[in-house]
Amino acid sequence: MATLMSKPRDAQTISLSLAVNGKTYELEVEPHELLLDVVRDRLGLTGAKRSCDVEVCGACRLLLDGRPVSSCALPAFEARGKEVQTIEGLAENGKLHPLQEAFIEHGGFQCGFCTPGMILAAKVMLEENPDPTEEHIKHFMHGNICRCTGYKKIIESILAAAKKMRG
Amino acid sequence: MLRRFRLEEPESVQAAAQLLARYGESARIYAGGTELLLVMKEGLAHYERLVNVKKIPNLDQVRQDNGVISIGALSTHRQLSLSPAAQRRLPAFAAMEANVANVRVREVGTIGGNLCFAEPHADPGTMLLVLAARLVAAKEAGSREIPIDNFFVDAYETRLEPDEILTEIRVPLLPARSGVVYLKFGYLERPSVGVALFLSLNENANSIAEARVAVGCVGPIPKRIQEAESLLKGKSVDEASRSIVEAGAAAARASRAISDLHGSQDYKEHIVGVLLKRAFQQAVEQCR
Repeated sequence: MATLMSKPRDAQTISLSLAVNGKTYELEVEPHELLLDVVRDRLGLTGAKRSCDVEVCGACRLLLDGRPVSSCALPAFEARGKEVQTIEGLAENGKLHPLQEAFIEHGGFQCGFCTPGMILAAKVMLEENPDPTEEHIKHFMHGNICRCTGYKKIIESILAAAKKMRG
Repeated sequence: MLRRFRLEEPESVQAAAQLLARYGESARIYAGGTELLLVMKEGLAHYERLVNVKKIPNLDQVRQDNGVISIGALSTHRQLSLSPAAQRRLPAFAAMEANVANVRVREVGTIGGNLCFAEPHADPGTMLLVLAARLVAAKEAGSREIPIDNFFVDAYETRLEPDEILTEIRVPLLPARSGVVYLKFGYLERPSVGVALFLSLNENANSIAEARVAVGCVGPIPKRIQEAESLLKGKSVDEASRSIVEAGAAAARASRAISDLHGSQDYKEHIVGVLLKRAFQQAVEQCR
């Protein structure tokens, strides 16, 4: 493992100017470094989780220029010049996002492991469609796995947040 | 974890083809990476170099010209699900794209990557078979068209040569009085059975002028099933609907279904028949 991990002298590096939650980081990455590892291990933002590791469960979801991606299978260089949003960047001036509030109020999580991915997914969905039906929520949120809630309370939380955000 | 590789980022098809010719099997094209990086992370495949083709301009456009919808190979599933040309001219194709995998894969994964990786449990290949698509493969010396019926060789294996790049998928516009349906079944992340059907009616709208049937996901490659098509073609809609169970059985037999974690061969064959019957009913509705 040590030989595999140690960086060869001629290792290729890519300069990255990465805007994460509004703050810019200048990084050098190797082509094989995954966005999830860079965000968690180098920037210390641990909201995104490694879970299934095969783009199925949604726990590693980040937003890249506002669009949802599986950071477990996305090389960090793909974020060149793009804006990354993580769950840590959702609250503004100490005030939680309406989705975060709704998940607390309606019991949209238990262990919380899938929650960052769930909330970021719901955020994108509500930007596209502020008044989703339950069917629409199920279609969009397919690909987010929760092993605690049975999903009912997640859907209730999203509907409640949507209502609140519509005002 | 992903092992170290070198990244090449050519900005033309010719430059990419040169790299592939130079590095042979130690290099692989990288587009969306939604399939490739998974097998590389698992250690099932390793390439010293990935050739990122996303810097090549204009390979993600959808255009309509001369009776053909031309789909750039780098179009993502999401782009295709939202493409006005696809939605207007090939609505069943756009709907299929809107249901590939999940929202994150649709965001990053490309139609070209999906076809070239030739993972058996995929939707687009089956759909494109009944749309009679032609695939444009380019290399340094020029390009050629491959009918999609000849494209898939085996699981994870296509007719592309090592230095060829899929640049474009060409789909002929649908004739009047036609219908296209793709139905899939599965309870895992990937589809377990996919059935596609194209039907067109003659001028009097009383008999089936053309029928194309394809089955995917159940075996190594998606397949056109002529045995099922001949049971529908040339018949009145009523006669064909009486033959649809037989056509489903023929499709199931010819589909090369295998038993695996998605289900037994018998089970998959049964579902093929059920889906073809439903697809027929929906396609006839569209034709009228």
